[in-house]
Amino acid sequence: MSEEMYDEDEYEGTIKKLMYVNRKAPYGTIYALESLEVVLIGAAFDQDVSLVFMDDGVYQLKKGQDTKATEMKNFSPTYRALEMYDVEKLFVSKKSMSDRGLTEDDLIVPVEMLDASQMADLMEEQDVILTF
Amino acid sequence: MILHTVNKSPFDTVAFESCLEHCKSGSSLLLIEDGIYAGLKNAKFSDIITNAMKDINVYILEPDLNARGVQDQLLDGIKKVDYAGFVDLSVEHDKVQAWL
Repeated sequence: MSEEMYDEDEYEGTIKKLMYVNRKAPYGTIYALESLEVVLIGAAFDQDVSLVFMDDGVYQLKKGQDTKATEMKNFSPTYRALEMYDVEKLFVSKKSMSDRGLTEDDLIVPVEMLDASQMADLMEEQDVILTF
Repeated sequence: MILHTVNKSPFDTVAFESCLEHCKSGSSLLLIEDGIYAGLKNAKFSDIITNAMKDINVYILEPDLNARGVQDQLLDGIKKVDYAGFVDLSVEHDKVQAWL
């Protein structure tokens, strides 16, 4: 193995723009929780991460989730911990929110609301997009 | 009379709308799991279900409603049931049609 191939400094300098797109409601399927786990694991690597919540994915961030009677784990507080993992860019689709009668006040974390064309521009800027 | 159950979000599949098209007057609809999103105020499907409630009885599974944090948005006129209530509804009706 040549030194060139495994130049540590060069490797650490490779920061990619990584976007996670969340489109599913929580609990009904495993996608939301799986996405969150991938984001947390991925946070160990120094990447430029953006999280997008659109379609039913906006429901993942809904305040007031109480799963006690279903005997499922309420994983919504974990979104508030993302900040500590330097995952701070959270974007939400304006249309997905209005279709569901939701406003920013309904969400457990601060987000930036984008319309579809702004979202499309943001997607265009990314190196990698992972959708759940 | 039939008890219809819908467990998918109306935003995600056509199960909810298809179910409503096949609900006879006097029958019942129980919203469960992600189907509960069809029973909310100020949303895209609010008018459709409000209109349907003139002819059919609509119920919602409360544990699934609460889990998703949308209990404050529940439409007036939808009756909340717990798991025991789900069982009662199943027994009271001739059969159950699950719109998966």
